[in-house]
Amino acid sequence: MSDRGAVPAIEQAMIRFDRVSKRYAGSDFALSNVNFVMRRGEMAFLTGHSGAGKSTLLKLIMMMERPTQGQVIVGGQNLTTIPRRKIPYYRRHIGVVFQDHHLLFDRTVYDNVALPLEIEGILPKEINRRVRAALDKVGLLKKEKLNPAALSGGEQQRVGIARAVVNKPPLLLADEPTGNLDPELSAEIMNLFQRFSQVGVTVLVASHDIDLISKLNHRVIQLSHGHLSAGAQDE
Amino acid sequence: MSEEGIVQRGASTGLERGPMAAYLGHHQVSALSSLQRIVRLPVSSLMTVLVLAIALALPAGLYVMLENVKRVTSGFETGTQISVYLNTRVSDEQARKQAGVYRLRPELAEVRLIDRDAALAEFEAVSGWGDVLAFLDHNPLPAVLVLTPTAAHSSPEALQQLAASLSQDIDVESVQIDMQWVKRLYSLYALAGRAVLALAILLGLAMLLIVGNTIRLAIENRRDEIVVVKLVGGTDAYVRRPFLYTGFWYGLFSALFSWLMVSLTLAWLDQPVNQLAELYFSRFHLSGLAWEDGILLLALGAFVGVGGAWLAVKRHLDDIEPA
Repeated sequence: MSDRGAVPAIEQAMIRFDRVSKRYAGSDFALSNVNFVMRRGEMAFLTGHSGAGKSTLLKLIMMMERPTQGQVIVGGQNLTTIPRRKIPYYRRHIGVVFQDHHLLFDRTVYDNVALPLEIEGILPKEINRRVRAALDKVGLLKKEKLNPAALSGGEQQRVGIARAVVNKPPLLLADEPTGNLDPELSAEIMNLFQRFSQVGVTVLVASHDIDLISKLNHRVIQLSHGHLSAGAQDE
Repeated sequence: MSEEGIVQRGASTGLERGPMAAYLGHHQVSALSSLQRIVRLPVSSLMTVLVLAIALALPAGLYVMLENVKRVTSGFETGTQISVYLNTRVSDEQARKQAGVYRLRPELAEVRLIDRDAALAEFEAVSGWGDVLAFLDHNPLPAVLVLTPTAAHSSPEALQQLAASLSQDIDVESVQIDMQWVKRLYSLYALAGRAVLALAILLGLAMLLIVGNTIRLAIENRRDEIVVVKLVGGTDAYVRRPFLYTGFWYGLFSALFSWLMVSLTLAWLDQPVNQLAELYFSRFHLSGLAWEDGILLLALGAFVGVGGAWLAVKRHLDDIEPA
């Protein structure tokens, strides 16, 4: 599992994009020569018009896609060296939050949050402790037995966040996590992300909610037509 | 400073189970949850199981029938007798000696002598021509030695050899065995056995496809779940496991049902068969699927179930990737 990068300088970076391009078959470049570095524990926003390549960038980090050119290095590990069958183990170290939260409606809130731990083969007692801790963090401990369908949109998104952080990943990604929420709930969700950032989790949030982003004092990585147009360097 | 890689919280937090325990644990969970899913939709599950059971019951039932027919005729086979007609010159005294010689041959289980007087008496009793015989001044019938070979020497080839060697004797007028029908019977068995096997293979293929299609639908129904599981780090094996168990259960249950179907059919046939056997003065009884065969049927059903699931999983599951 520990195929760590050999270069010591990389060790400080959680995410490093090195001249990364991605082109889907039969279309233009979704990402073109993208370079940036995110430090460990840093929180940043990824922004840009729709189709600018935000989702593609996140997918590359998740290994849902592979770059056409260049290298993506996460946690010192060059992703090109990870074979397909090792991808699941890699993904266990990344928490992901989706706009449509991808919850499963055939089970309770508790079971949704427990899923990543069950996959890792954690002991049931420990699963119980961690799921409750995660639900407590997002303020939904009292709703653990409900079906997620019975929750409001904001609550559902918080369940998604609890699931993303339940195995304490060092890296948390979010793709338009406030896309369907009103400003107040959106601010609440962003607050949650900031709290995780404060305890050392590296957080990268893709969002086009400029108003909200500008109120929060974090680095903004901006994509425009597949090119990095701002935020390449950490200020 | 201790954070040197994204994988730094690797395997040994002490809170994970050992890989083996986790693996077995998930097997247990998959087996149970897939069983629950089948039970939760009793009607549609039952229909699938019944279709599969019929596909299994046909060859299984034919196999049982074939075994029964073999059993009926095995009486004939081991009872195959060779009639050795001695020359009419041979006296009863000599015939008895000849019988003694035959009794020493290891390939013969039984030697019965019908001497000339006995042959005459039997002929009189059975034919009703006794009065005619009374006009003859001597007994025209030869002594007959009825030989029963041991089971080991009852194959058509062995019988042929035995008959050939017996007819060498100058005291022997002729040797009769009903070879032809024994041969025919054997080749009929071989033919029927092959037909059953061919049918079993065809229906086995049908089962594979039915299970495969059922699992394909199950995979489609759970597409969202599969995507989420893969996103949060579920391996292909982890995702596959519940579906393979679903196939296993379908196969096992259908084998159980087919066993039941075969047994019920035999029970239904039992009485008429007994009546028929009685008319033939036979004590023949239909025998059902033996325990070993039943267990084999269950194993075969489960195996085909898993096989069909594997086909579906290979074709459809690995394609589902989060996007």
